[in-house]
Amino acid sequence: MNHVASSRAHQRARVYHYDQLDREFLAERVADFRDQVARRIAGELSEDEFRPLRLMNGLYLQLHAYMLRVAIPYGVLSSPQLRQLAYIARSYDRGYGHFTTRQNIQYNWPKLVETPDILQALADVDMHAIQTSGNCIRNITTDEFAGAAADELVDPRVYAEILRQWSTRHPEFTYLPRKFKIAIVGAPLDRAAIKFHDIGLIAKRNQEGEIGFEVYAGGGLGRTPIVGMKLRDFLPESEFLAYMEAILRTYNALGERDNIYRARIKIMVRELGQEFIDLVEREYAVLPHQKYRIEPAVVAWVGANFAPPEFDRAATPALMQRHVAENPDFATWVARNTHPHREPGYISAVISLKSIGGVPGDATANQMDMVADLADVYGFSEIRVSHVQNLVLPHVRRDDLFTVWQELVKAGLGTPNIGLITDIITCPGLDFCALANARSIPIAQRIAERFASLERQVDIGEVFVNISGCINACGHHHVGHIGILGVDKRGEEFYQITLGGSATNDAAVGEIIGAAFSYDLVVDAIETLLTTYIRLREKGERFIETYRRLGPLPFKEALYAGA
Amino acid sequence: MPVLDAGLVVPDHWEHAGDEQNLPAGQNFIVCLDRLKRDREFLFAREAPLGVTLPPGTKAAEVAEFLERLDLVVVGFPKFRDGRGFTLARTLRERHGFEGEIRATGHILPDQYALLLRCGFSTVEVPETAHLSVWQAALERYKVAYQPGLTVEKPLSWFRRGV
Repeated sequence: MNHVASSRAHQRARVYHYDQLDREFLAERVADFRDQVARRIAGELSEDEFRPLRLMNGLYLQLHAYMLRVAIPYGVLSSPQLRQLAYIARSYDRGYGHFTTRQNIQYNWPKLVETPDILQALADVDMHAIQTSGNCIRNITTDEFAGAAADELVDPRVYAEILRQWSTRHPEFTYLPRKFKIAIVGAPLDRAAIKFHDIGLIAKRNQEGEIGFEVYAGGGLGRTPIVGMKLRDFLPESEFLAYMEAILRTYNALGERDNIYRARIKIMVRELGQEFIDLVEREYAVLPHQKYRIEPAVVAWVGANFAPPEFDRAATPALMQRHVAENPDFATWVARNTHPHREPGYISAVISLKSIGGVPGDATANQMDMVADLADVYGFSEIRVSHVQNLVLPHVRRDDLFTVWQELVKAGLGTPNIGLITDIITCPGLDFCALANARSIPIAQRIAERFASLERQVDIGEVFVNISGCINACGHHHVGHIGILGVDKRGEEFYQITLGGSATNDAAVGEIIGAAFSYDLVVDAIETLLTTYIRLREKGERFIETYRRLGPLPFKEALYAGA
Repeated sequence: MPVLDAGLVVPDHWEHAGDEQNLPAGQNFIVCLDRLKRDREFLFAREAPLGVTLPPGTKAAEVAEFLERLDLVVVGFPKFRDGRGFTLARTLRERHGFEGEIRATGHILPDQYALLLRCGFSTVEVPETAHLSVWQAALERYKVAYQPGLTVEKPLSWFRRGV
């Protein structure tokens, strides 16, 4: 696609459009990093000093190479941006990228000297890697169906963008005790795991129709999984940055600095409880509110970027229904991989990055280009990244959906498994990560292969399997209906299984079911859990519901019967 | 160690007083917080500018009652990664209205210089070996900032984009 058409597609997409100020800032940031890399290479910065600086630009040193984590703010991309990600994968990496649970993309093989050029390539399409790592406020995450979902009350992207700007190179909160993650949703159903974030926000409306936020803090996964605590039920829109300031200031002043395992805000919230809320409220009460007030004009100005595209009101579901009736494969995909849209003639389509035998969350440069093309033709040039590592075309006409599906199938992107046992969240694990204790990707692949039969997957129904290769829990194992945690037992990979976790409204941390399984036996164990569920389930009951009704005992017995 | 104000080395008129040291009249002294608490009456009565140096982790509230008499608050950074000082300075300015000099000392990187100023610091103490050009460049690096700062509104912020 030529540059003019490409920029037109970007203009058309409902993404935040950078103004002169944003571009200027980003250019300054790229120059800054280029200089930091030069100072490191010249030896003016020690590795100890360079490390936090490179991390704040998303650059990690992994097992085999540097890894660059690029921010996809709240998971929203225009087609030219996705094409640029493909270009970077091709030019600076090995032809693919890995989409993460934080709605970011990671490149596993960049060279240090080339990273400033990659950042420049990103800046060319208004993207960056700012604060995708380091002890600062990270990429804000949200619902992948934002602005499209039938059940949405408030568009969370508007506030996510305000938060992005506010948190970008925040003078006071760039050297926090630990990393800090904020998630926001605007629908009654939590699709962004907000209760497992340092701050979780639910945007909603009161009886007068005014917008406000339910505020949670102190949630998190990692080695100490905790469900966030509610601080406010309805924080008025105009006050929400002032309140964020109060929470962060309280945390930054008091947060533990000496022990990194106690440095997350969740530890403070857990230990102080109500006292934490009191401290925040006291801080909030004395802040210069005027300075942090979000005026309606600012909300309107940011919000204009996310105004609904021009939906065709004449679009109807008729054609799609006919194809569903005639084509069982399409019908299965529609049943699994779509989400209701607020416009009756439209639907959101989920593109699974969980093909059987593939690496969960990986997409090749060609696939990215192809999805960008589809978005241009059929989806207002918009793409989303979900926190379960899939892609979404948020606005597809229902009468185009059959064509879209056919194209996806051709590109190997038509796997109809969203929410099924093969739609697994996985961290990179020991194959890439310097922190991991065990491999996680091959476990996901073996589970997917074991349950490759679609008929069997559909029979099992919705079940979330999440795999982490170490206790840091990047694969969200605590909140999987079935969680798998890789551990190291005297140099051997073992896998601990947790059951009953949930990342949504009924947020819960899974419980360890018993002794860990070896690399060879863990997939058998998962199969045993599911056959046990099928044997015991009542009609229409999902795995998690059967588990909650019966508790761990029958599953434990099935797993350890011979032991 | 050189003290930088707006990127330039300025004369340092201050001397650190030991815990028990006699303080000759008329001279600017920086005392530790403990001594300030202990010798409050004597120190307040001296006819000379007074400064205090705060150990890492000091809360603004602990020094609030002395601020009216203080001309200088020195905030130590044990490690540049320890960002408590940013909040401390901001709180001294914003909540307690302190208008004297706030000086950053300890392990600080040039990359933090502009952020320190925006949180209310006036000066930084840098190592003898510091490349001053790097510190100066760090001040000029960013003309755009997204948040309201405490410096005279030199960096633009979207709060002031005129929307």
